Amino acid sequence: MSTPSQKLSTPLPTREGQGGGSAFKYFPHTEEDLQEMLKATGVKSVHDLFADVPEAARFKREYNLPDALSETDLRLFFEQLTHPLNAQQLICFAGAGCYDHYAPSVVQNIIERSEFLTSYTPYQAEISQGTLHYIFEYQSMIAELTGMDISNASMYDGATATAEAMMMAWGNAKKATRVLISETLDPKVRRVVDTYAHFHGVPLQLIPAKNGTLDREALDKELAEGGVAGVIVQQPNYYGIVEDYTGIADAVHEQKGIFVVNANPSDLAILKTPGEWGADVAVGEGQSLGIPMTFGGPGVGFMACTEKLMRKLPGRIVGQTLDNRGQRAFVLTLQAREQHIRRQKATSNICSNQSLMALYVTIYLSIMGKEGLREVAEMSYAGAHSLRDKLLATGKFKDTFPGQPFFNEFCLDYDGDLDALLTEATECGYLAGVKVDTVPEGSSSVKRPVGPSAPEGPSEGSHTLMLAVTEQRTPEEIDELVEIIKEHKEEEARA
Amino acid sequence: MANFESGLYYSESHEYVRVEGEYGYIGISDYAQHALGNVVYVDMPEVDDEVTAGEEFGAVESVKAASDLIAPVSGTVVEINESLDDEPELLNKDAFANWIIKVQLSDPSELDNLMDVEAYKKHCE
Amino acid sequence: MNRTLYGNLIFELSKKGRKGYSLPQDYDRTHTTAELPEALRRKEAARLPECDELTVVRHYTNLSHNNFGVNDGFYPLGSCTMKYNPVINEEIAAMKAFAGLHPLQPAETCQGALEVYYNLQQSLAELAGLSEFTLNPCAGAHGELTGLMVIRAYHESVTVPEGSPEGSHEGSRTKVLIPDSAHGTNPASAAVCGLEVVEVKSLADGTVDVDHLRQLLDEMGDQVAAMMMTNPNTLGIFEPRVLEITEMVHKAGGLMYYDGANLNALLGECRPGDMGFDVMHINLHKTFSTPHGGGGPGSGPVGVRKGLEQFLPYPRVTRPTPDPSRQGGAELRIVTAPANERSEALPLTGERGEGLSIGSFFGNYGVMLKAYAYILSLGRENVKMVGPLATLNANYIKESLKDDYLLPIEGLCKHEVVFDGLVDKSTGVTTMDVAKRLLDYGYHAPTIYFPLLFHESLMIEPTENESKETIDAFIDVMHRIAAEAKSDPELVKSAPHNTPIGRVDDVLAAKQPVTTYWKSIEA
Repeated sequence: MSTPSQKLSTPLPTREGQGGGSAFKYFPHTEEDLQEMLKATGVKSVHDLFADVPEAARFKREYNLPDALSETDLRLFFEQLTHPLNAQQLICFAGAGCYDHYAPSVVQNIIERSEFLTSYTPYQAEISQGTLHYIFEYQSMIAELTGMDISNASMYDGATATAEAMMMAWGNAKKATRVLISETLDPKVRRVVDTYAHFHGVPLQLIPAKNGTLDREALDKELAEGGVAGVIVQQPNYYGIVEDYTGIADAVHEQKGIFVVNANPSDLAILKTPGEWGADVAVGEGQSLGIPMTFGGPGVGFMACTEKLMRKLPGRIVGQTLDNRGQRAFVLTLQAREQHIRRQKATSNICSNQSLMALYVTIYLSIMGKEGLREVAEMSYAGAHSLRDKLLATGKFKDTFPGQPFFNEFCLDYDGDLDALLTEATECGYLAGVKVDTVPEGSSSVKRPVGPSAPEGPSEGSHTLMLAVTEQRTPEEIDELVEIIKEHKEEEARA
Repeated sequence: MANFESGLYYSESHEYVRVEGEYGYIGISDYAQHALGNVVYVDMPEVDDEVTAGEEFGAVESVKAASDLIAPVSGTVVEINESLDDEPELLNKDAFANWIIKVQLSDPSELDNLMDVEAYKKHCE
Repeated sequence: MNRTLYGNLIFELSKKGRKGYSLPQDYDRTHTTAELPEALRRKEAARLPECDELTVVRHYTNLSHNNFGVNDGFYPLGSCTMKYNPVINEEIAAMKAFAGLHPLQPAETCQGALEVYYNLQQSLAELAGLSEFTLNPCAGAHGELTGLMVIRAYHESVTVPEGSPEGSHEGSRTKVLIPDSAHGTNPASAAVCGLEVVEVKSLADGTVDVDHLRQLLDEMGDQVAAMMMTNPNTLGIFEPRVLEITEMVHKAGGLMYYDGANLNALLGECRPGDMGFDVMHINLHKTFSTPHGGGGPGSGPVGVRKGLEQFLPYPRVTRPTPDPSRQGGAELRIVTAPANERSEALPLTGERGEGLSIGSFFGNYGVMLKAYAYILSLGRENVKMVGPLATLNANYIKESLKDDYLLPIEGLCKHEVVFDGLVDKSTGVTTMDVAKRLLDYGYHAPTIYFPLLFHESLMIEPTENESKETIDAFIDVMHRIAAEAKSDPELVKSAPHNTPIGRVDDVLAAKQPVTTYWKSIEA
């Protein structure tokens, strides 16, 4: 792409006398207040309150930080950071775990209400019914979408929720030797699961993929050997393919293992639920439920399970009860699982989750409702399939995974220099997808080690492009992307 | 105040064993249920599981606390008190009448390591 | 609270045929999901609510009225640092230009966003006296876990010298020392990280028993991966022998972990790195003013001293080589884990823990924007007053309340003060009762029954943002409650009276858990 003419590196505005004298807007203490309070406390200066800090540990110089910025300058500074050259707003055909869905204006407006925003975890039920009530609704919606009995109050993200499910499987098993993990799980999620497993001491085993889906023969072979604490799969999988998981749950249950399905909740308006697949635990990333991408976070992880596993579920859970006036009320419950009670024997170390983002999802699902979520899914499906048809029609692509059903994300192999194509698209204002460093065996692409997909990295030679379409992408945008690719290809041919 | 029943063997972690022939009924003491408060859940092993003296075999949960159950003696679980699944509060009503698991003792000499009621009373002071 | 229509559950407000959204209709309908094999589709539509927009707005606005936030009143919740959440930070975090960035878009198209990440990590490093930070952890507990993983990865990388078999390393250090006064999260994080917790006893004043620590290090020093410490500790007391402690643990080959939960006390006066800590996390949602949001999203950056940077998780944001031609250096880069490290070769357990990853992207980026805006607003001249003012407020409360509330530890406290219930315990009024009565007077309750060292702990943390008038009014109410406990103990024991609901039946909730609407209508 062209080099921007005006690039940052943050020249912060500096002016004399920022903040107007000694008072500062977030500190209410006047000189008089200070004197009275110091007197009552029995010390001469605020620094005397640190007399118990050893001399050698005292910080005596000035912090090497910028001078205070006024609100005006702060705005200017962030406007500069978000100048189109520094934060390019691309028309987004990328997914890979983060999707550009429509966000109804009501949602952002309500979650900014300070009563929600500036409160803590709802320990004092009497003045936290707002939070407790919406978490109860959130849990109900997640349970319904996933087809599970019980949901927790949220997790950090889809990746850590999957890692927690892995540990849950391991903790639940008595004589297991390993947890099986599908190669079609997002490599970024796999890496997180792997990191947790390494330190928690859980042996993982990768079940390879075949033509972009879990190799059932390989899985059956592993299951036949026994000792499986759990099997973790993704739906739709990393490559966008909707897999058929029929029969896995029974086979896993036979050896008292648990079946974990990482699902995209937005697609669950249409797709068979983890519950219907026989999953014991459903996890995933809730960002696709209308949460803005915001450079990858905050989103929200969800985690739901069967009633049988209820007491092994990590995280906070809200339950219904009565108050002493006989009214329906909500309260944090099943707390004996949690770290503040169980300490090192807790099911997990999680305390804070993503409560406000759970509220986001709850309001989103209330606004979209039964029909809206279906409509979003239909539009995304239709858009993705239309784009794929058009790209294949250019003759510059072929199917990475022939014949596989997909939802709103798919892989195609490009006949040419994919990096150059992506750069060209970026210059035209399009994020044309995510380059998949490697795809598993059975695809037409070259076999390479699987790493997290990323805009940078050791990926020359990969031809596989993964594109996602949401209801936000207009038919015009789809056509324009196809045009850009066509023209680029023609230029390339001329050169 | 807590009741103490004689004729039982007690552990420092407040479990008791009532011995009947080759079997032992294991539960928690009245002192322990007082300390826990309202019991809301009892996590029990399954029949045929082995329990080992000094190792945990389950847990008792109240609203604000959770306490692991430590086996006072070793053996094989032959029965669990299923009524605790639906009515965990039975432990609060009568901890001695409501044992948690019944085990076939594998080493009765382990009973010698436990306290009698007098020693246990002192332990609780 | 259930008295009003909009206080119902959203499902109870739903009516078939209503909708609250509008989507464009002009799209290519060549393909529909009916193409998918039936075996891949759900049998019945999800029972989501069907509501018009106004109903949704009223419902959630109504719910917000049953909540209490920092903007509603004084929130002296100990250990949670409920400081003011500046509004300008929300405005910045909501900027459309940030909201529209995809985390996998090329680095050269999002230098502004990377700049925030990079500058914030640099600012935290300066404030903490450490070398480098990762901002990826999503909360304090996530940070603790990440920090412990970094520590284990470091030990795994250290080859044991003299006479040990080739390739052996210090990864066998699996014990972590944790004071018995620590937050429950510390031992829980250690357990998740596969470490064995060894408790270090506290002295009567709540500080670490250094003799016990020495004894433990003598017994098992070569197995100790780290010691975790909160300083000021959970009683709000600065550990006076911290330098000695960090030196002892280092000598035994262990690393020192600083739990940043109480960092607010020290801003301006003292830095964890200067006390000898090697690894720490910071709760941006405590010390750096980002809102708690009813329990998240938080952010728990992890910092390390020089020499440990290579163990921080991926992805990272780096500035590879300084470019002298430009102020501030070269273009920022996103670095993802090298493909040869911990990616393909599962099973990986048992291999060295390099190339860690603890989330798909950069963590809670939106939260980082708020924290960075806060640091810029404070600037160097104001950030140094945070600790002193917070500490002054806490000590002022301590001196003003110790006549009615039992102060178990005399002397200076830091940013928070712990009382052991009322001085006069004869009335039977407990800390729980005092906390609930405070709700009647329009205050949030302090943290109660933590730390566990005392039976009736009441932990008050005022933060630097609270004015003398606010604190004086709170002190008056606390005195008034102490007087009520004598004159009308039942009034206090049955509190709260003025809240939307009364005390709840936790036993009922836990015994027969009803955690979804579906379960509640079955019942």
